Amino acid sequence: MTTTATPETETMMTAISADYEVVIGLEVHSQLLTASKMFCRCPANYAHAAPNSHCCPICMGFPGVLPVINHQAVEYTIMTALALNCEIPEFSKFDRKNYFYPDLPKGYQISQYDIPLSRNGYLTFTLNGQEKRVGITRVHLEEDTGRLIHLSEGGDPRTLVDLNRAGVPLMEIVSEPDMRSPEEARLYMEKLRSILVYLGVSSGKMEEAALRCDANISVRQRGETKFGVKTEIKNMNSFRAVERALTYEARRQIEELQAGRRIVQATRGWVEERGITVLQRVKEDADDYRYFPEPDLPPLVVSRAWVAEIRERMPELPDAKRTRFVAQYGLSAYDADQLTADRAWADFFEQTLKIGQPYADDAAMQARAKAVANWELGDLRARLNTDAIDITANKITPESLAELITLIERGTISGKQAKEVLEKAYASGERPDAIVAREGISQLSDAGELEGIVEEVIAANPKAVEDYRAGKAASLQFLMGQVMKRSKGRARPDIVTPLLEKRLQQA
Amino acid sequence: MLRLREISSMELTRAHLDRIEQVEGSVRAFVTVTEDEAMREAEHVDQLRREGAKLGPLAGIPIAIKDVLCTKGIVTTCSSRMLEHFKPPFDATVIKKLRAAHAIMLGKTNMDEFAMGSSTENSAFFPTRNPWDLERVPGGSSGGSAAAVAAGEAMASLGSDTGGSVRQPGALTNTVALKPTYGRVSRFGLIAFASSLDQIGPFTRNAQDAALMMQTISGHDPLDSTAMNETVPDYAAALTGDIKGMRIGVPKEYFVEGIEPGVRASVDAAIKQFEALGAEIGECSLPHTKYGIAAYYIIAPAECSANLARYDGVRYGFSARDTSGDIIAAMSETREQGFGAEVKRRIMLGTYALSSGYYDAYYLKAEKVRTLIKQDFDAAFGRFDALICPTTPGVAFKLGAKTADPYTMYLNDVFTIPANLAGICGVSFPGEFSEGLPVGVQLLGPAFGEPTLLRLVDAFQRVTDYHTRMPEVATKRKSAARKRR
Ligand SMILES: [Zn+2]
Repeated sequence: MTTTATPETETMMTAISADYEVVIGLEVHSQLLTASKMFCRCPANYAHAAPNSHCCPICMGFPGVLPVINHQAVEYTIMTALALNCEIPEFSKFDRKNYFYPDLPKGYQISQYDIPLSRNGYLTFTLNGQEKRVGITRVHLEEDTGRLIHLSEGGDPRTLVDLNRAGVPLMEIVSEPDMRSPEEARLYMEKLRSILVYLGVSSGKMEEAALRCDANISVRQRGETKFGVKTEIKNMNSFRAVERALTYEARRQIEELQAGRRIVQATRGWVEERGITVLQRVKEDADDYRYFPEPDLPPLVVSRAWVAEIRERMPELPDAKRTRFVAQYGLSAYDADQLTADRAWADFFEQTLKIGQPYADDAAMQARAKAVANWELGDLRARLNTDAIDITANKITPESLAELITLIERGTISGKQAKEVLEKAYASGERPDAIVAREGISQLSDAGELEGIVEEVIAANPKAVEDYRAGKAASLQFLMGQVMKRSKGRARPDIVTPLLEKRLQQA
Repeated sequence: MLRLREISSMELTRAHLDRIEQVEGSVRAFVTVTEDEAMREAEHVDQLRREGAKLGPLAGIPIAIKDVLCTKGIVTTCSSRMLEHFKPPFDATVIKKLRAAHAIMLGKTNMDEFAMGSSTENSAFFPTRNPWDLERVPGGSSGGSAAAVAAGEAMASLGSDTGGSVRQPGALTNTVALKPTYGRVSRFGLIAFASSLDQIGPFTRNAQDAALMMQTISGHDPLDSTAMNETVPDYAAALTGDIKGMRIGVPKEYFVEGIEPGVRASVDAAIKQFEALGAEIGECSLPHTKYGIAAYYIIAPAECSANLARYDGVRYGFSARDTSGDIIAAMSETREQGFGAEVKRRIMLGTYALSSGYYDAYYLKAEKVRTLIKQDFDAAFGRFDALICPTTPGVAFKLGAKTADPYTMYLNDVFTIPANLAGICGVSFPGEFSEGLPVGVQLLGPAFGEPTLLRLVDAFQRVTDYHTRMPEVATKRKSAARKRR
């Protein structure tokens, strides 16, 4: 779920912040979760597909082919723009961005240049308990490129081209240079990812490059109003990498300035293993992509009615959900925050809670909500974090967790036993009911049976009984322990305690 | 198109294949002749007819296809080394429509490389010659398709018109050559030269056949977002022969110095003829015409510089075997070797026009001119049903006469380019000859005004016989096609 800054980065930041201010803007690309590609009918999901198996003459850029706009991709982009509080102009268009590279089949990328689908929005996140707002310059739509695979077998280097990814819808979200620390950049990315996943428009997976982040970063003396010379940082493949890379780069730039050198405007790549950025390309002039309007596509007319309809269909976003979780379920702000940061976690929570319906009253529902939150954010999260497993891919289903909590509520198993059952269910996927039945895990609540055990314990521990009667209350705890031991931990304490007290008072 | 009661499709196709064999040695209209496929298709059509199937008017009609249109499994070269062995994995939409209508494809016709040129001399393989005078060019870029119909090698053909590439060769070869409204015919499968200007159009010998061709190839296509969802009218029904009261404008900017007297005389005669048929003639002005060529030679190369970027030798077509290990160098080498001089010239022009710092001065300005030209036409079509003018300033010129200076070659399209810039329709049809050579008269119509243009041409052809004349090369021997008449 949420990553946190490492101690290492925090100390470095303290060093940075003294004299210099860091200025960061992010360019984020997200593949869209559409069924088909941006301009053809090929499937957009190429995971596990054999190279060049998800392509057709259109996305391979054959002579004579023409693009047709994927309506769903446009809607996803508009939806994202709305979630980011952007303006959606009524008129938009596609343009050709021209450059040569073997992974770009047409020799140009269909993108959007001067009239993007949206602009002038913002995103907010919580920074040290305060709301931080970052401006969104624009959100536009384009197509992804293919991938090159470089082979170097036997000294004969070869480059292979895989076009499965070519033409996958790609949304670009450009921020204003409003972030003032690498931590803010990470928080921005986390919040943005959360929104994209909530909307269902992106898988949000940075590790699969479905979500990519490039950063523009510069530093300046505190109090200075002009921006410093910026560098562009690439190859950051996780939230942690974003924060580490930008921390490194900020410090590098400051050291350069302190040593009396100038910052060179350049593209630098983050090298994860070495923890440094390295120079990739010095930018002397702006790249000339010779943009011009895509003549194969008519302009996009985005009617107000369409925008309203899309807004209508938008799912609840993280901020709204968090507020509702507190109000409706009586959760703590912290729990609500943790649960709503990731839509899958929030959905898991609500599904689990729903299975327990109907509830006698609000109090019963809120008690169950607290229990679900505790189990989800406690034992389950610990397990998932250790194994690095996604909550949607884990074997504990909302049904299992609801069942487990019901077993505890009914007194069939104890909280301690429940932890064991959870472990087993997590490993095998078996339902808690079945585990409990098969392994005979249960609490002893039969009064007659428990009375027998109490008798045995009293008979076997005359000293403790005497102590208790002499007024030593702690002896009751000892005798309780003995009952639990004899029952192999199955005795229900809430039944045993009154039995034991009653028996001891009988003399 | 023809009354196929007395002759089988196989006989008709065989007759045209015989004609091809007879004249190709001199005319060279075809890059590829698909004899076996043609005969197989013809046999199939005859079979269907025997079975009593209801067949459309194009069934069994032998047609030639400009080699810029993708034909599944059949080499589609664009007359370029780059695509010399390229077999498309799909049919262009117009090809699908012709196949569905059971037309017989005879083969693929020669053209200026990637449709860039006005003489078919820019073919990477060989020039096509004008059937009316083998020393002269058939025009271009659809010279092969024009020559094939003129020489009786095909009953109809398809070309593509970006700045006059259908109408200009039509004028030079005595054929009816129609450039439809932009968006009337799907471009899917048309190998792009300049996407905002390209349009597929037919060559036929008369207006009736043009109507049948248009009926088959027109209409919306989900694969082409620029193909408009506009109802396809009944083109044949428009050919009433009655043009009384129709208003024809004569744009004064199209009757300027530089027009050959023979061409001028032919157009004047046509105007008189239309007047005699009851049309009302009036003068009009299209003041921005003179900027057409300049705008065109910015916009078309700009679009072509991007459209032709895909030819990099990676996925299909010619690939220079570069062993340096540098991928980008290999791509450059492929393009260096694969493209001819005119194609390279236009790619460079377009790249330059789109470069930062020049974009506003060239591309943007050209687009503004384009808007002005459109407005000129809008105003004119407020007063007239059609405009009449020459298709070209002169008759067919000799091979090599204009290859040295690209600019004089470009001037050949001065009267045809504005229609492409404005997206309107235009047709060139045979007028009075000039010293034994065909002259094309052009009619321009508003968007989706094809029925009007065809009605005018048909009315003209009911009272003239220029369109029935065939060149000597096509009449040397009796052929099945002649017998049929
Ligand atoms: Zn595809």
